Amino acid sequence: MNQFSNLTITKARELLDNKEISAVELTQYYLNQIKSKNKDLNAFLSVSESALDQAKKSDEEIKNGSAGSLVGIPLAIKDNILVKDEICTAGSKILEKYKAAYDATVITRLKRAGAVILGKTNLDEYAMGSSTENSAFGPTKNPYDTSRVPGGSSGGSAAAVAAEMCLGALGTDTGGSIRQPASFCGVVGLKPTYGAVSRFGAVALGSSLDQIGPLAKTIEDASLIFDVISGHDPLDSTTVPNNTRTAERIAEINIGDLRIGWPKEYFEAEGIDPKVKETVQKAIAWYEAQGAKIKEISLPHTQYALAAYYIIQPAECSANLARYDGVRYGERSGDGDLMSVYTQSRGEFLGEETQRRVMIGTYVLSSGYYDAYYSKAQKVRSLIKQDFINAFEEVDVIMTPTSPVTAFKIGERVSNPLAMYAADIFTVTANLAGICGLSINCGQVDGLPVGLQILGPWFEENLLFKVGEFFTRCQYTNLCE
Amino acid sequence: MISKEEVKHIAELARIKLTESQIEKYQKELSGILDFVSALANVDTTAVAPIRQITGLESVFRKDEDLGLLDQNQGQILIKQAPEHRDGFVVVPEVIKRDK
Repeated sequence: MNQFSNLTITKARELLDNKEISAVELTQYYLNQIKSKNKDLNAFLSVSESALDQAKKSDEEIKNGSAGSLVGIPLAIKDNILVKDEICTAGSKILEKYKAAYDATVITRLKRAGAVILGKTNLDEYAMGSSTENSAFGPTKNPYDTSRVPGGSSGGSAAAVAAEMCLGALGTDTGGSIRQPASFCGVVGLKPTYGAVSRFGAVALGSSLDQIGPLAKTIEDASLIFDVISGHDPLDSTTVPNNTRTAERIAEINIGDLRIGWPKEYFEAEGIDPKVKETVQKAIAWYEAQGAKIKEISLPHTQYALAAYYIIQPAECSANLARYDGVRYGERSGDGDLMSVYTQSRGEFLGEETQRRVMIGTYVLSSGYYDAYYSKAQKVRSLIKQDFINAFEEVDVIMTPTSPVTAFKIGERVSNPLAMYAADIFTVTANLAGICGLSINCGQVDGLPVGLQILGPWFEENLLFKVGEFFTRCQYTNLCE
Repeated sequence: MISKEEVKHIAELARIKLTESQIEKYQKELSGILDFVSALANVDTTAVAPIRQITGLESVFRKDEDLGLLDQNQGQILIKQAPEHRDGFVVVPEVIKRDK
């Protein structure tokens, strides 16, 4: 079955259309991959029993010549996105047996395009974490080194793509949860612009920050998935109308016309690994050598972004997670009276990090503290957004490391919440400002992948794809240096 | 540092029952996080309006019509996943005490 290794979505589509392989063979290959690798990696929480039936349907469609852009392509879905009739745990004990009664909009769109849903991937509980260690179902391991984390919270999706257990995956990104694991596992990850992709049917975390996006092996694959899932949806009122994306790229941009912002606050940040910095600098220097203009810019409120994020996100999560109350989902604990049902169910079944964030959120929203914390953070968020508005008047895109470090050891940060939060330092800004961000691999340090983050203005995903491809195309053809 | 009493109060507002050892642990951790986020006090935000919606959308409406997302059967599947249900309804704990 060697013809299947190192396949991309684009390549697989070609082979399927030319009838060189069948969708059933392709799906069977990935089911076997999952079977042999999941014991070690714990990337998948469940595998769909209908995968082969879906693939049979794809083969019919290909035979009839009515193929959608993802027909027969086996994908993995982060387990906080509803797939009808499949369990959706969100990494939480409370939803351990929860079966979805309908499809999320992104799933409806993937199915319409012909994709085969292989199964659901592991995540930090309710997508809170940067290592996938907060999952109630055990941590996912990094395929590059199983003693290390894959990043998080979409760690299962990133590991599944990197370990060839699927051709592509969906994740969610509230503060870096697609880009940081993509960086740690050496794959491509896109956090779309806020409002580009419908969240209907995704388990809500921080509603003013959450976006669903693709993880894939190549930028082209990620853009194929993005084209399918993006667009206005009446069921998510935050999706922006008239922003339907198509495969059309920004063809007219030459690398020589490109203005790249180099934000000093990111490269001078405390805690950045000098080797990570050097690897990212080298990638940016490659762009410069090809004629792109590198401009030093300032995003002066960067140092406050993490603090603003860790007020706004917990505040929103404390409201969103109020529904897990021992009445509607999961198991009920307590002595029968209302208060004890609430407190004991949430005390017993919510994980530690979830409890921490819910309590922080409750505190900052509580009477007397709202102005000092939540309102203040939303004002700082305005300033961070303004920083980006100013920057994008001078440059087309901004380049930074995705994460200050490479994949860390399992257990290294889990007992220190603030050390874990620091893993998000370069990614939270995009969520706060609502802009789009792409992480691509730009090299390795001591055998572990390093991510280059490319940030672009609102709804400029196609620009990010184009800019990223300048670099990745050169990597594939070994023309770098 | 926030006090143990404050941790208990927050936990009560958040409807989370904690053990004594958890209260001690969270007291330290929550204090650390609150110290960290307090750095925002140093930012001058005079005359800055807080973000309400990042892409600036306002008053979004959709038609009030049945989109056929859930039929009776699927609705029942959801209800049956509640910890306690009876005759197609979710059973909630007693909210108002009955007169004896």
